[in-house]
Amino acid sequence: MIDKTISAQQAIAPVTDGQSVMVGGFGVPGTPFLLIEALLAKGVSELTLIKNEANEAGLGVSKLIEAGRVRRLITSHLGLNATVIGLMNSGAIGVEFFPQGILAEKIRAGGAGLLAIVSDIGIDTILRNDKQLLRCGDRDGIVEPALRADIALVHAAKADRAGNLVYEKSARNFNPLMATAADLVIAEAEQVVEIGELAPDEIHTPGAFVDRVVAIEELLPAYGVLHHHVR
Amino acid sequence: MSVDAKTKIARRAAREIQAGQVINLGIGIPTLIPSFLPPDLPLTMHSENGIVGAGTISAPGKADRNLIDAGGTYITVVPGASFCDSALSFSLVRGGRLDVSFLGALEVSQQGDLANWIIPGKFAPGIGGAMELAQKARRLIITTTHATRKGEPKILRSCTLPLTARACVDLIITELAVISVQPDGLVLEEIAAETELEIVLQLTEAPLVVGAALKRF
Repeated sequence: MIDKTISAQQAIAPVTDGQSVMVGGFGVPGTPFLLIEALLAKGVSELTLIKNEANEAGLGVSKLIEAGRVRRLITSHLGLNATVIGLMNSGAIGVEFFPQGILAEKIRAGGAGLLAIVSDIGIDTILRNDKQLLRCGDRDGIVEPALRADIALVHAAKADRAGNLVYEKSARNFNPLMATAADLVIAEAEQVVEIGELAPDEIHTPGAFVDRVVAIEELLPAYGVLHHHVR
Repeated sequence: MSVDAKTKIARRAAREIQAGQVINLGIGIPTLIPSFLPPDLPLTMHSENGIVGAGTISAPGKADRNLIDAGGTYITVVPGASFCDSALSFSLVRGGRLDVSFLGALEVSQQGDLANWIIPGKFAPGIGGAMELAQKARRLIITTTHATRKGEPKILRSCTLPLTARACVDLIITELAVISVQPDGLVLEEIAAETELEIVLQLTEAPLVVGAALKRF
């Protein structure tokens, strides 16, 4: 039987300085905090980080950025992280913004083996500056190259030993997309079950996309409810 | 902005939602809209982070660590809700399935151009879902204060800030007025009960055609 389970430390071992790392999650839900801690502990730097947002100050990928491990951030919105906005404004990190759904499509295209996507989002805005344009019928489109990474870190609610993944509620977000779009895909899961225990119809990401599975033995406090967002 | 102004805008905006619609509520004033909707109105609330069928804010003590809206607030879902990934979530927006998007504004022009995502050198948190929502929702309703905190008009002849999208706005709802964007300019449809026409005109840089049947709200 296939068994991709491995410790977080061993799973992260191949990551080296200067690599690109995609990290799933939208806010706390779906952010792979255990793998991020392992990456922080390993001490790699000069990373290109790809994530929807940068979590919040002192949490998740923000810890990597605050520790000076990230050279470049490819993202959609930093509205909840004034610390990272400050680092961007001071020039400590380079930040490239994309419309959220376009970032998702770039990653999807990367995972699907496509070269690029073409869309008209932002066609009448400064977003078109320095971009390749393409005439499609009677409309202009912006060509957005597909996006892949060396490493993807994703979070699942359940995995089996073969790497089949199931996400939960709004913790799905970018995870299934990123799980297709990197050379080394590492998934952490809150529950790891035996092969055959997940029904084929419930699996969101087929195990063939996933290289390594890390069981989360105990949920870190970071996975919990952020009380300042409780209304 | 006073709570009263926000409440007035949200209450008026709620009246634009029709049964059966798929809607998205932006950050800020739009999130206040649900409390002014009839509780039995059937509608589908979309949230950018992959929720089709978002419900209300979680009851105290009931927050689910895996269930937030795009602004980070813990919420519930309604019966019939579904979850999806971020690509499918924006397929719904760009593909034309979103009936109404409610967004805030820094500036709106008489052509219906919207600027709400960047003030160069001052405010640049990123684009998020704003461009896709503004450009692709079937109907875009702007909920905003009529003027800036300094009292400068936000409804202009043309936007000075970088655009979110061109000619995308259908309706502007402020604490003072309801203004529709027509092919030949802005039409003042309603003014607030507490204000006067002169004040609205004074605080609006863009020319306003006063609607034939100007109503109070």
